[in-house]
Order: sequence, then structure tokens, then C-alpha cells
Amino acid sequence: MAWTWFFRLGSPKWFYQIAGRWQPWIWGLTLIGLSVGTVWGLFIAPPDYYQGDLARIIYIHVPAAYLSMFTYVIMAVSAAIGLIWRMKMAFMFSISCSPIGAAFTLLALVTGSLWGKPTWGTYWVFDARLTSELILLFLYLGHMALYNASDDIKTADKSAAILAIVGVVNIPIIHYSVEWWNSLHQPASLSKLAKPSIDESMLWPLLIMIFSFKLFFISMVLPWLRNNILWRERDSQWVREMIEK
Amino acid sequence: MKKHRQKRLYAVLGTVFGVSVAVGLVLFALSENINLFYKPSDVEAGKAPLDKTIKVGGLVVPGTVVRNTETLDVSFVIRDNQSDLKVHFNDVLPDLFKEGQGIVATGQLTDQQNFKASSVLAKHDENYMPPEVARALEESGHPMKKKND
Repeated sequence: MAWTWFFRLGSPKWFYQIAGRWQPWIWGLTLIGLSVGTVWGLFIAPPDYYQGDLARIIYIHVPAAYLSMFTYVIMAVSAAIGLIWRMKMAFMFSISCSPIGAAFTLLALVTGSLWGKPTWGTYWVFDARLTSELILLFLYLGHMALYNASDDIKTADKSAAILAIVGVVNIPIIHYSVEWWNSLHQPASLSKLAKPSIDESMLWPLLIMIFSFKLFFISMVLPWLRNNILWRERDSQWVREMIEK
Repeated sequence: MKKHRQKRLYAVLGTVFGVSVAVGLVLFALSENINLFYKPSDVEAGKAPLDKTIKVGGLVVPGTVVRNTETLDVSFVIRDNQSDLKVHFNDVLPDLFKEGQGIVATGQLTDQQNFKASSVLAKHDENYMPPEVARALEESGHPMKKKND
């Protein structure tokens, strides 16, 4: 039946083994994607007519910012699956997302601020976009702290999941902040509904970078998840057998 | 779907909905404060307070930048779709400050038409293109921001 794969995903042992087999391939693809995107973006793509080479930060900043929100949505959805179906694996996946999401958020904030100094004339201003992205960082940090604050794993799972779900309202706020309010940050150059306001010669390396960052997320989340599985299943038969071998 | 799972699903959806409504109302109530700057039309409509530090933002109208030859004093007019506001400044402008560029200035309104700025930030737009494309657009009569003046 169509649901069997879903329930199989719920088996820590099955997932641990299959993820271990996929891991090297995903890492390989990630490295290829990141190298192609970086070389294309930094050396082959033309400079911007106005900002010059300064515009090249877009190839890191935009993917990092995109992934910081993407990771949060995934984290919240799997937290909801965990709460509704009482699925251990979904909780573990959700927990594994927050450190990676926090890293992406920090990267987006730092690269944006380094770009802001020469472009705007300031590293930081409390406009709607920058502030809501900063709140996202705090949400990730809070999620990690809340999960680690409780000794009982079930309480920890549930409280972290609720925080993840409640915090998801921040995601549309970040996305639309530049349209709803006057902000210093410019509106989006890339959007699904409209023709991108970025030239094609710069668009392709950007799309490759975004795709490679997604692969990078998967490469990062699998080892985190496998570690969490091992730790939480440490009393089960298969983990003991594996360690003794 | 089993009954208890369905119930939990509704609880999760209900939580998201409730929190969204609450946050939405808060943001709606605070929208005046979340806006980073006042537009010239807000100033003209009297929405911006006088003699209080605020931010204003708009596009620099080409041909209005007047520099004093002896001091750093500079003044220019910013515009949104409806109104104009004259900005006075006596410090070094950011590198990317150009005519036609969006800017955000911090300072005080001296009256409804004049703003004394203590800092000026350049606001960048979302358009990215190579120099050749920009040149081609300009040749076909499209007004472009200039990098060098």
C-alpha cells in the first residue's frame, strides 16, 4: 500500500542503515554542486552594472537566507507529524534541523551585514526584514535550548515541537516583510510568480547555488539524525549488536 | 485517519491559525512603528512628527542635488509617487548615493517641506544585471542609475 513507505520511514533501524548508504553519494553531489556554483558565480558570471563585484555576495546570501526559512518549515512540518502520529522519527528529524537552520540564519545575517556596510552605509538597521530574520535565529536557539532543557525525552520532544509549530508564523512575515512595510532591505529579486529582476547570466549560478545548498542541508541533516537515532535507541537490540560487532 | 489522530491534527492546525491571527493583529496594530521610514507623502499628510528624530525615505530626484563648494553642506529632494521633501545634510554621503537612487535619511523635520538629516543610507533596489545589459537599456532610452559621476 501507499502508506507502507511512510511507516517504514518510522523505523529508526531501517532509516539509519539506508541513510548511511546514501550519505556518501549525497555528499558527492553537494560538493560538485557547490564547486560549480561557486566558480560560476565568482568567476564566470558578470559583475553587476551598479554594485560591481560586490553583488557576488548574492550567491551565498540568498541561498543561505532561503534555506534558513526552508529548514524551519521542514522542522515545523515534521514536528507536526510527530505530534499527530506520535512518530519518534519525525521528532528526531525535527530536532536535527535546528542547529543547521541556525547556522544558515547566522550565515545570511553575517553576509547581509557585510554587504550592507558598503551598499547601504550601515551594518545593521532594525527594519522589518532584518529584525524578523534575527527573530528566526532566536527561534532556532530557543528550540535547541527547550529541547535540551528537559530530562524526559517525551516532554522534550513535545515542547520543542510546539515551539517549532508556533514559530512558523514568522516565516511568511520574513518573506513579505519587504512588501508589507517600508524597509531598507530591497524586495525579492527571485519570485515564483513574476519574471525575476536578475539577469539570466546571474540567475543560473544563483539557482545552482540554491539547489546545492538544499543538497548541503540533506548532507548535514543525515549525520545529525543518525547520531540522534543511535543515542536515543542506545538501549535497543540492534544498536547493541552493531556496537559489539 | 483514526479519531484521536484527527483530533490532534485539528489541534495543531487550530494552534497555527490562532497564533497567526494573534500575530497578525499585533503587527497590524504596530504597522506604523514597523515601517522603517516615512514617505514624503506621509510627511505632507502630517503623519510625521516635527522636531523629533525620525527616518524618511524616497528616491533622489535627478538634478536637485546642490552641493556647497566650500563646506560639506548638500541638499537634495526626495520623492515618492505624490510628494517631494527637501533633505539637508552636512556630512559625507555614502558611495552608492546617486541621483535616482532610493535613500533613507535619519534626522528631524524642521517644517513640512524640509528635513535636516544626521545620517543618510542608500537603499538598493532588486535589479541585478551585467554592465552591457545596462548600457543597452540606456541606449534604448531607459533611464538608468549611473555608477560614476
